[in-house]
Amino acid sequence: MPLWVELAIRIVGVVVAFLALPLIVGQVEHKVMAHMQGRLGPMYAGGFHGWAQLVADGVKFVQKEDVTPRAADGPVFRLAPVVALVPYLLVLLVIPLGPDDLVAQPLDIGLFFVLAVVGIGVVAVLMSAWASANKYSLLGGLRGAAQLLGYELPLVLAAASVAMAAGTLSLPGIVEAWRPWWLLWQAPALFVFFVAGLAEIRRPPFDMPIADSELVFGYLTEYTGLRFAFFLLAEYVGIVVIAALTTVLFLGGWQGPFDDQLGWLWTLVKVFAVSFVIIWVRVSYPRLREDQLQRLCWLVLVPVALGQLVLTAAVRVAL
Amino acid sequence: MSVPGEGLAKGLAVTLKTMTRRAGTQQYPDVEPDLPPRSRGVIALLEENCTVCMLCARECPDWCIYIDSHKEEVVVPGAARARQRNVLDRFDIDFSLCMYCGICVEVCPFDALYWSPEFEYAEYDIRDLLHDKDHLGGWMATVPPPPAHDPNGEPSKEEATAARKAAGGPAPGRAAGGPATPRVRPQRPTGTADPS
Repeated sequence: MPLWVELAIRIVGVVVAFLALPLIVGQVEHKVMAHMQGRLGPMYAGGFHGWAQLVADGVKFVQKEDVTPRAADGPVFRLAPVVALVPYLLVLLVIPLGPDDLVAQPLDIGLFFVLAVVGIGVVAVLMSAWASANKYSLLGGLRGAAQLLGYELPLVLAAASVAMAAGTLSLPGIVEAWRPWWLLWQAPALFVFFVAGLAEIRRPPFDMPIADSELVFGYLTEYTGLRFAFFLLAEYVGIVVIAALTTVLFLGGWQGPFDDQLGWLWTLVKVFAVSFVIIWVRVSYPRLREDQLQRLCWLVLVPVALGQLVLTAAVRVAL
Repeated sequence: MSVPGEGLAKGLAVTLKTMTRRAGTQQYPDVEPDLPPRSRGVIALLEENCTVCMLCARECPDWCIYIDSHKEEVVVPGAARARQRNVLDRFDIDFSLCMYCGICVEVCPFDALYWSPEFEYAEYDIRDLLHDKDHLGGWMATVPPPPAHDPNGEPSKEEATAARKAAGGPAPGRAAGGPATPRVRPQRPTGTADPS
């Protein structure tokens, strides 16, 4: 197979996953959230239990007028949704789906790359907040910046613990080194990574930057039409990315019975299971206040992550 | 002494339990709602029973009933002079004003007004909410039969009188030795609300 064909197949695969998985997760969120609240959720679009609701939403967003406020900083305002979306697309490039190089781009410093790229999200938040020329957007954006910068630390520390345990920064390498007993050994890191990941993608209960009951819609207030849809898509891709990272780092990725043939299936099953938990947490808990948010980060997650690092180092030295 | 994080776990349990139960949503336009008996949907008019006494129009708190009538002479054979009778020309209820208090139905002494559970009569023009007597009469078909009476209750005066007449008892007062009428009402014909 010539190089360019292989490259094209890999890129098409990532783009398909980038477009399909968030839609599935979004639809699941609609239905799961509805049933958890004793409702039915979308029932009409597409005929069968509203399966095409998000497609219909997409068509609606395309038809809407794309408004840029007069006082807004035009180019930055228009660029922000793209900056929010592209990092997640890049992350999907290096996440392994199965064994034997079933990954778009195997990267030796995959974990480092992922954490660096996910960190770009804060730039998109600040761009959209500042360029909107709206006080609610600005408040939301500053809250978002404080939250994203704060939670970056426990996220990186928890990921570093796994990297230390596996002795590699390559994501497929981490999955290969993973053993079931790591579930216990790395449980605090798993907890810290999951919670910090939720905060990184600004999902409830960490949706203080959006906080629709107090800040209109935070840094998304001035966005309409397709650009708003991009931000929404970024949120759903964010769920997929955080679920995939949790799977790869802590839940053993493709490992499971018959993983030489069904590895990709195990990865997908685990990703969807973690996505379900993300939705479940969103339905169950109220939003954290700004001071509670920072307190949780600095007084709980960071110490726990540091303790986990010490534990990981001790076990590594002992083994 | 509570375990830390107990409330968080309880919250997750509640949402998970709710998810496994059936949703309470009523899929209204697809599935007809199951309305309780005596639902107040629309007021139906049984024109033959109306004597144009105007009680409903006068009691209506927001004056949404409009009645016009004229008098007709009815020659009764054997009577000294012709009797007069009210004929209903117009009986309109403006449902854009009606507040569904049901006072008109309550005060009607001749059972000419009924509640019907039909509620799907929204209009694009507010003026179309003025239902005339043909429209109101059309709702009669949807009036459910009245609920059964309490079998141990006292029978109504009219029924008691009718039963006594049928039995041949002439006395208008109560006969000694308890009521002569059966305590159980005769079964009403089901499926119709016509009280004639």
